[in-house]
Amino acid sequence: MQTALAPKPSVPRTSRVARFWRDYGWAYLFILAPVLLFLIFTLYPVLTALIMSFQKYNIMNSTWVGLDNYERLVKDETFWKSIKNTVIFTVGTVPVNILITFVLSYFIYQMKSKWQTFFKATMYLPAVASGVTISIVWLAIFDPTDSGLLNRFLGLFGLDPVIWLGQSGTALFSLILMNWLGSHGAGIILYLAAMGGIPKSLYEAADIDHASGWTQFSKITWPLLKPTTLYLLVTGVITSFQVFISVYLMTQGGPNFATTTIAYLIYETAFKFYEFGLASAQSFVLAIIIIVISVIQFKYFSSDIEY
Amino acid sequence: MKSTQKKILLVVASILLVVWALVTVIPMYWMLVGSVQDSAMSASFKPQMIPEQLSLSPYERFFAKTDAWRWLYNSLLISIILTVTNVFFASLAGYAFAKLKFPGSQAVFWTLLGTMMIPAQVTLIPLYILMVNVFDLGDTYTAIILPAAVSVGNIFLMKQFMSTLPTSLIHAARIDACSEFGIFWKVILPMAKPGIAVLAIFTFVASWNEFFWPFLITNSNEMRTIQVGLASFVFAESTDFGAMMAGATIGALPMIILFFSLQRYFLQGITIGAVKG
Repeated sequence: MQTALAPKPSVPRTSRVARFWRDYGWAYLFILAPVLLFLIFTLYPVLTALIMSFQKYNIMNSTWVGLDNYERLVKDETFWKSIKNTVIFTVGTVPVNILITFVLSYFIYQMKSKWQTFFKATMYLPAVASGVTISIVWLAIFDPTDSGLLNRFLGLFGLDPVIWLGQSGTALFSLILMNWLGSHGAGIILYLAAMGGIPKSLYEAADIDHASGWTQFSKITWPLLKPTTLYLLVTGVITSFQVFISVYLMTQGGPNFATTTIAYLIYETAFKFYEFGLASAQSFVLAIIIIVISVIQFKYFSSDIEY
Repeated sequence: MKSTQKKILLVVASILLVVWALVTVIPMYWMLVGSVQDSAMSASFKPQMIPEQLSLSPYERFFAKTDAWRWLYNSLLISIILTVTNVFFASLAGYAFAKLKFPGSQAVFWTLLGTMMIPAQVTLIPLYILMVNVFDLGDTYTAIILPAAVSVGNIFLMKQFMSTLPTSLIHAARIDACSEFGIFWKVILPMAKPGIAVLAIFTFVASWNEFFWPFLITNSNEMRTIQVGLASFVFAESTDFGAMMAGATIGALPMIILFFSLQRYFLQGITIGAVKG
């Protein structure tokens, strides 16, 4: 017997489930592969790494050591040095690179479209070469004898050859220098696209008001490009905090730990000394730094963006 | 007054741009000229910016001393497979997230996206142990390929691109009793070709240039990719300047050729998803 509150009699439980799958089954099937890969190759490893960071890890039997690993790394001079090196590298490269990228984009934007394409292509070119290729080329550029390209260039001004990568005073700076002169291609293309997206009417209105070139730049161009700048800042910081290939190939973290970055230290701790627990703790410190910085950048930078 | 200002700006801009274009290209140029001058004889070899005598012997030495052909084959195979899997799965998932409404879609999407902030170093050690000790897949193609089979960044790109496609065609196909996968395959994919082209190119280049994971997970010479092989060569033979430059060129040249032939896609592609993302 049916009451008024009961569901329509023609919908038994099984067919409701069937209808759910008919409506949504395909969608779940479409995202199945990425979700599975995510569970196995991201979520599971992250959780395992978290547990490992509290263990003295051994493949056969690991022992729980609580905060020992974290305590060890806080007391470890090399760890602090690697943090310092990474911060110097990031502060030394990211803002300078954004400035260079911005100035180049602003100048390219003034050119005719044929020249725009030419400069875009030229400056993007190094971005298609691998980190390994770039590092090998710069190894040769920094060659300490007077056959190195940079020392030859200095020689033109009568300066003595410098042992760029081989002494602690210049090694980290060399990596920064290589980064300055490297590729700004992707950033240039993003800035140009954003500049093209600024409505011309804003500049026309500013002209009518007799606003100076500087006013137009500081009141229109720069604020409207803020989302692009934010994007370059966030991605720039994240990548430079993880710099590895150039360190591994060019300096091996040396001399005297002058170029040991945190990503390189994690690699050494794990795969040279097989201290998996300690390395996991180090990697979580890196993760926390990256997440905190990203969140601060988003909060600070996106507060006054208007579209 | 205003136009003289503009003219001065243009002159300054042109000079600066030409200088910077040279700065950008000189390392690549030097790699190329360094690879075609013979440096075998002396340790104090000084390659010339304008080579006096061209010689391919650095390339001969590079290929003779290494398994470069095998490494190139590995890189090509892996890059092609990764391009296919990424394009297929990222389009499929991107389409589902952009156009299909289903319970939990937002939660799943933002969870995936959120993990992009976690640096690779965190997952690296467990991933390595999982592959080598649990699945016993160390030093195999499967181990190199599986974790990179579809990246979250690519799903995000495809979702952005798919959401610009007209929904009306999907409804029309559904009325015509086309299956959901049929709609994806016959309606969506053909419309998404520009986005797919960009995704394919960038995935191919990124896979070709990938270093860290293949470097960790491979340990035999035959399983190395060209980037990993190159790095090992530098450690073994860092005094042979010419062969090093030849190797660096071999590692980059296929991508440089690809760049020049598909320049338009490269230069347009970067802006998809990044601007107002």
